[in-house]
Amino acid sequence: MTAVADSNEMVIKTRATPEEKRATFIGLVLIALAAFTLWAFGLGVEPGSESTFKLSLPQARFEDLSWTVDSRTVALITALVLGFLGGFVLRRSHLKRTNLALSAGLVLFSFAFLTWAAVDGSFSLVGMLKSTVVLSVPVILGGLAGLMCERVAVINIAIEGQLLTSAFVGVIVGSSAGIWVALIAAMATGAILGAVLAVLSIKYRIDQIIAGVVINIFALGLTSFLSRRVLTEAPGLNSPGRFSSIKIPLLGDIPVIGPMFFDHSMFVYITFILVIMLHLGLFYTRWGLRSRSVGEHPKAADTVGINVYRTRYRNVILGGVIAGFGGAFLTLAQVSRFEDNMTAGIGYIGLAALIFGRWRPLGVLGAGLVFGFARALQQKLGILGTPIPSEFLSMTPYIVTLIVVAGVVGRARPPAADGQPYIKD
Amino acid sequence: MTDMVPGEEPAVDPPADNGEDPSNGPNGNEPSAMYKRITGIGTSAAEAAVVPILAVVTALIVGAFIIAVTDVDTLPLWGSDPAEALRLTMSGVSDAYRALFVGSVGSFKAISETLFAATPLILAGLAVAVGFQAGLFNIGVNGQMHIGGLAGLWVGFTFAIPAVFHIPLVLAAAMVGGAIWAGIAGVLKARTGAHEVISTIMLNFIALFLVDYLLTTSVFQAPGRNDPISKPTGVTSIFSPLFGSYRVSIGFIIALVAVAVVYWLMYRTTIGYEFRAVGYNPSAGRYAGMNVAWIYISAMAVSGALAGIAGVNQIVGVEPYRAISNFAGTFGFDAIALALLGRSHPVGVLFAGLLFGALRAGGREMQGAAGVPLDLVLVLQALIIVMIAAPELIRAIYRIKTPTKDITTVTSTGWGS
Repeated sequence: MTAVADSNEMVIKTRATPEEKRATFIGLVLIALAAFTLWAFGLGVEPGSESTFKLSLPQARFEDLSWTVDSRTVALITALVLGFLGGFVLRRSHLKRTNLALSAGLVLFSFAFLTWAAVDGSFSLVGMLKSTVVLSVPVILGGLAGLMCERVAVINIAIEGQLLTSAFVGVIVGSSAGIWVALIAAMATGAILGAVLAVLSIKYRIDQIIAGVVINIFALGLTSFLSRRVLTEAPGLNSPGRFSSIKIPLLGDIPVIGPMFFDHSMFVYITFILVIMLHLGLFYTRWGLRSRSVGEHPKAADTVGINVYRTRYRNVILGGVIAGFGGAFLTLAQVSRFEDNMTAGIGYIGLAALIFGRWRPLGVLGAGLVFGFARALQQKLGILGTPIPSEFLSMTPYIVTLIVVAGVVGRARPPAADGQPYIKD
Repeated sequence: MTDMVPGEEPAVDPPADNGEDPSNGPNGNEPSAMYKRITGIGTSAAEAAVVPILAVVTALIVGAFIIAVTDVDTLPLWGSDPAEALRLTMSGVSDAYRALFVGSVGSFKAISETLFAATPLILAGLAVAVGFQAGLFNIGVNGQMHIGGLAGLWVGFTFAIPAVFHIPLVLAAAMVGGAIWAGIAGVLKARTGAHEVISTIMLNFIALFLVDYLLTTSVFQAPGRNDPISKPTGVTSIFSPLFGSYRVSIGFIIALVAVAVVYWLMYRTTIGYEFRAVGYNPSAGRYAGMNVAWIYISAMAVSGALAGIAGVNQIVGVEPYRAISNFAGTFGFDAIALALLGRSHPVGVLFAGLLFGALRAGGREMQGAAGVPLDLVLVLQALIIVMIAAPELIRAIYRIKTPTKDITTVTSTGWGS
């Protein structure tokens, strides 16, 4: 239980290393999934029943594409592959492949699950994948906003408040001055809240978690207050226009991939471009190197002439701009009205995506898509009427994050100086 | 807050200096300045009291400004007839604050409403305060209230025994439920180094959805309903009102007892001393032979148990005595504000709880009589916390000279891995 006992275990080396323990655990999980797939999705289904996946949306160029599979066969094959993956991981001969095997296993399991959910019916696979992308956008943007701050060692719990406030400002400005002005106003709002967080945590050195909590309470209180006091008095202020989807020529007509990635509002495209830009920027440019060094070892960065405070202010404010963009997406593209507490935890899922994605832009993208998939699945399962309670799917992002921070599936390691204010001598 | 990462050498104290060096971080001999700021340790009694009072006053002034600029009907008047606009605004603000005052302490009914609103706030605030004292940031009061509350409710409608036995049993179940839920975060921190802030945030949402699910199962759901709403609790388990038709209930007495018990626990027992010692400086605590991992787990459990009582109070202490979706509302965040305002001292939390209870009760009157939405109270709370956490703001506004140097050196904690 104590650190002393743990470190002794490490020295003696008679026990399994953490990686090996992890592999054993994950191998057992995979085998359990295999058994479950066999039992529930395979044997639990009438022989000969079929599941149909719709691969095109109505009015698409290639209409009525669909794919019919034998439900039982899919489940049996999946169970077999899962069992094989479990055995592979349990051998512990390729420890570096553990996570790969786990992800492959989970993808297969989801497919078997969908096949089971669509037994004797049809399921709009492409519709769900499209909404996966849409629902993942605010999560990814929230995660990137957090990434900008935490990479320079400022913890950002305030993502939720930044999203909510900029969504609110987007609605007000959008209803009175047009959506483009609204987009800028929303991003400016995010920047202002980012600046507040920066001043509180860098200048006043408030505990950054308290600062974030304060901003969230303030945002929730102020937007609900204003929404009741202003929006109910003047409902005209709660109907901004909407950014329409832009279908990319040719690419947008490809079956499955087209509607999934190339037929969205510009927010979706910019989000994906932003992920790539941040990845390149963070790991291949001078700005990225400086930001990372400020997050890992501010004193060393200061010694070589990097202005720690300026770097932190700039990145935290830019993080706010990204969150503001995400807030604008909520009220200017996804729906076009504001409701009290409409973010309902998306900012915290963004924080979860940041941790699950291990403080890397591409990781945030992956985590955001996984969480978006869970949310999309939750919506579709309600329509299909499966016996799985939707609440359990809603929990997924949080449970996954809890498992990740507990170090069961790889250790999430934040920037070394994360959360510590820097005091220049 | 040094964490217990497996395989890591326990942190060793740096060479002791005279103990006056304010730049010592959490591993030094001095606690972090934020810990001092939160608990009020090391600040003079006058300052410990002056900052919260000025914070409340300032928040009310800012609140008045917010009421003024959001007065949609009066705003256009500023262009044509500023004098009339000023008069209307002033009367709007004074109406709102008069309603706030009358609704909180203006009559016996108002006082009852204040105490009624303060009950869960005091209990939840104590939960956060115990965590703060042990150096833990329990953001998960919301989730612990949900789980504890539902555990208490189950005992409430399952058994039918005399109230003398039933109410303690309900309380015990709620405490166990909350303690287990908070204990998860404590165990994760002690065993794996997972930061309690992240794990409690995640546990909040898991609890929220778990309660939503449980409220639709046949165990909890009211017969004949499709939405997440529970059966009412048993008559014998109800926290009955103290004075007939007024809403203040036995729950308030329980909250007062909890204040006394927490005071006794923190300042009169060994485990309380250990909580405070580890919160003050985990390395020193470990050096003195305390089992820091165990203290983290037990402090979280005590914190969660208090949150559990707060949660069950919202079911068996509030008409119609049943659980609905998200019945803990924003109490988790209110509790953080309270613990900060009360300097994490049980008596401070009691007074802070009464103040916030008054804001709530008065806020409802304000909403009804003056048309100012209750959500203004959340804004006031946020302003109060920020000024408590950054007293420099208060000093800057009121031009108070900085009494000590160390107040600007804050060593916050990271995610802790």
